[in-house]
Amino acid sequence: MNKTVNQKAWFFVAPVLILVAFNAIVPLMTVVNYSVQETFGDNVFFWAGLRWFEEILRSPRFHDALGRQLFFTGTILAIEIPLGVIIALAMPRKGPWVSVCLVLMAMPLLIPWNVVGAMWNIFGLPEIGLLGKTLNTIGFDYNYTRQPGDAWFTLILMDVWHWTSLVVLLAYAGLVSIPDAYYQAARIDGASSWAIFRYIQLPKMKRVLTIAVLLRFMDSFNIYTEPSVLTGGGPGNSTTLLSLDLVKIALGQFDLGPAAAMSLIYFLVILLFSWIFYTVMTRGEEQ
Amino acid sequence: MARITLKNLKHAYMPNPVNDEDWALKELNLDWDDGGAYALLGPSGCGKTTLLNLISGLLTPSHGSILFDDHDVTRLPPEQRKIAQVFQFPVVYDTMTVYDNLAFPLRNRGVDETTVNKRVLEVAEMNDLTATLGNRASGLTADGKQKISLGRGLVRTDVNAILFDEPLTVIDPHLKFQLRSKLKELHTRVPNTMIYVTHDQTEAITFADKVVVMNVGEVVQVGTPKELFEEPHHTFVGHFIGSPGMNVLACEVKNGHAYIAGKKIATANKAVAKAGKSEIGVRPEFVKFARQGLEARVVKVSDAGRFSVVETDSAGGRVRLLVEEGGAIPSETARLEFDPAATRIYSNGWLAGREGRP
Ligand SMILES: Nc1ncnc2c1ncn2[C@@H]1O[C@H](COP(=O)(O)OP(=O)(O)O)[C@@H](O)[C@H]1O
Ligand SMILES: [Mg+2]
Repeated sequence: MNKTVNQKAWFFVAPVLILVAFNAIVPLMTVVNYSVQETFGDNVFFWAGLRWFEEILRSPRFHDALGRQLFFTGTILAIEIPLGVIIALAMPRKGPWVSVCLVLMAMPLLIPWNVVGAMWNIFGLPEIGLLGKTLNTIGFDYNYTRQPGDAWFTLILMDVWHWTSLVVLLAYAGLVSIPDAYYQAARIDGASSWAIFRYIQLPKMKRVLTIAVLLRFMDSFNIYTEPSVLTGGGPGNSTTLLSLDLVKIALGQFDLGPAAAMSLIYFLVILLFSWIFYTVMTRGEEQ
Repeated sequence: MARITLKNLKHAYMPNPVNDEDWALKELNLDWDDGGAYALLGPSGCGKTTLLNLISGLLTPSHGSILFDDHDVTRLPPEQRKIAQVFQFPVVYDTMTVYDNLAFPLRNRGVDETTVNKRVLEVAEMNDLTATLGNRASGLTADGKQKISLGRGLVRTDVNAILFDEPLTVIDPHLKFQLRSKLKELHTRVPNTMIYVTHDQTEAITFADKVVVMNVGEVVQVGTPKELFEEPHHTFVGHFIGSPGMNVLACEVKNGHAYIAGKKIATANKAVAKAGKSEIGVRPEFVKFARQGLEARVVKVSDAGRFSVVETDSAGGRVRLLVEEGGAIPSETARLEFDPAATRIYSNGWLAGREGRP
């Protein structure tokens, strides 16, 4: 197919370009600016070159935070994506229950993030929270404010509760878009339920699942509000994810240079992972 | 291989059908002989797909039963019925190659790989897919995808019947003709029962030995293309088959004879005393201009190759007739003569004097 060349199109994209320039590129450039300078206050800056980057990349503190971040993101993806697909498969395709299910699924997504954090904070309290109290009553020694393992457990459970619905809704949208003829043909062809999933449902869900993974990856990599309200990064530093650490450096210690360098590294990591994932998932589609 | 019998079969999509219109398929009794090439012909929405899905088991009838030979299969799911079905719009398994698509129905049934390979190559050859066997199915055109769907329908050897639901709708005309001829040829080689659904009379007539004509949820006539042309059992059949279709004229009936505007029309059958609408049916092929006969006025002449189609207005309504090239066409008023052997009385749409519906 031949593409028509039409320079007028630039005119239509220009407003968007300007908007993006002001709300993304300009702030990003300021961050780049900070990341190569040093300041001792009074708005006096000195050129620092790539020193902050080297420092950050070498610092064990950054490595730990990045490790925790990768562990968190990996775990929630490994739970939320399969779980979301399973729930979507179990949901009815027709009838009055469809809207009931959809509303139930959308509910966690509508709750403000800090409220989610606060809810789980109370829910998990060992003395009064429903979850914490129940676990302790049935014999588990559960205390998320003291034991890192419990803090992680609560953090992941909270994220799964909050975000699996997003995967469900996306996967469900993919499922209902499959025409009946596919299922009919599969029955005529004698396909098992597994074969139907493998060769019809999964391929048809691939696009939406790619989007789901990307969204969940980026969102969980950026997650700040909920863990900050739930554990505040503790106990100790055990649940200090990248964003929490960044805020500590930038606002707690007001080290603008290192914070800016870390932001950029952080941004590049997200970009890199997303790009790799997207390329792998869409490879071989355009042949 | 089996003879398929439909007994008092009825189907409604709604749970509690009350009116006649609630039934997508009205009561139906029909036998499909083993090895027959059938066409199921009827306008869109008349229930052709519904009937096919009942036979293949994708739908369970609200009423009645389906027998394969003497074996009742009414409640059996499709996978236990040994029926192949090709759908109107192409269904391909996107992530598989063309080869794996064709092999899919066989592999699901545990057929050994040597047989699979042999069958897949045969079917690919027949459907012109040999060159693309190794390609991913998702990259093909609509034509190519439908050829795969067709191939999956033909690849199995254990089937009682192959059902085609308007399989060539999305295929371009040239290829359509070619594939239809191949199906026909295949049928002479491997005499499987084939039921070919279409709303196109030419397609039905060229493919089938027997045509089942349907209209609004019921079968109106079953017969060879010749029978449908020569003796339509319903004005619908007369109208739907043949181009132009049969002329249907309003008439009165006295003592079993038909009259238009007080003038007696000689017919092949006699009307029985019955309340309701009486009509005369005669195909354009059996009408000619004459000295005497029904008075009419020529309104339109259109050229159709070797013939001209002449439209006239008469007291009974519009009458079309065919005039050979070079034949005289009266300019205004004329008289029409009907061949009595091919002129019939219909009451309430059905051929008068014939007992019952098919
Ligand atoms: N899944 C369905 N649910 C409800 N009504 C249907 C369904 N499928 C078909 N119908 C109705 O049944 C009638 C026959 O349809 P169909 O068998 O698809 O006709 P055809 O194949 O001859 O075009 C139509 O009136 C159609 O609206
Ligand atoms: Mg149909």
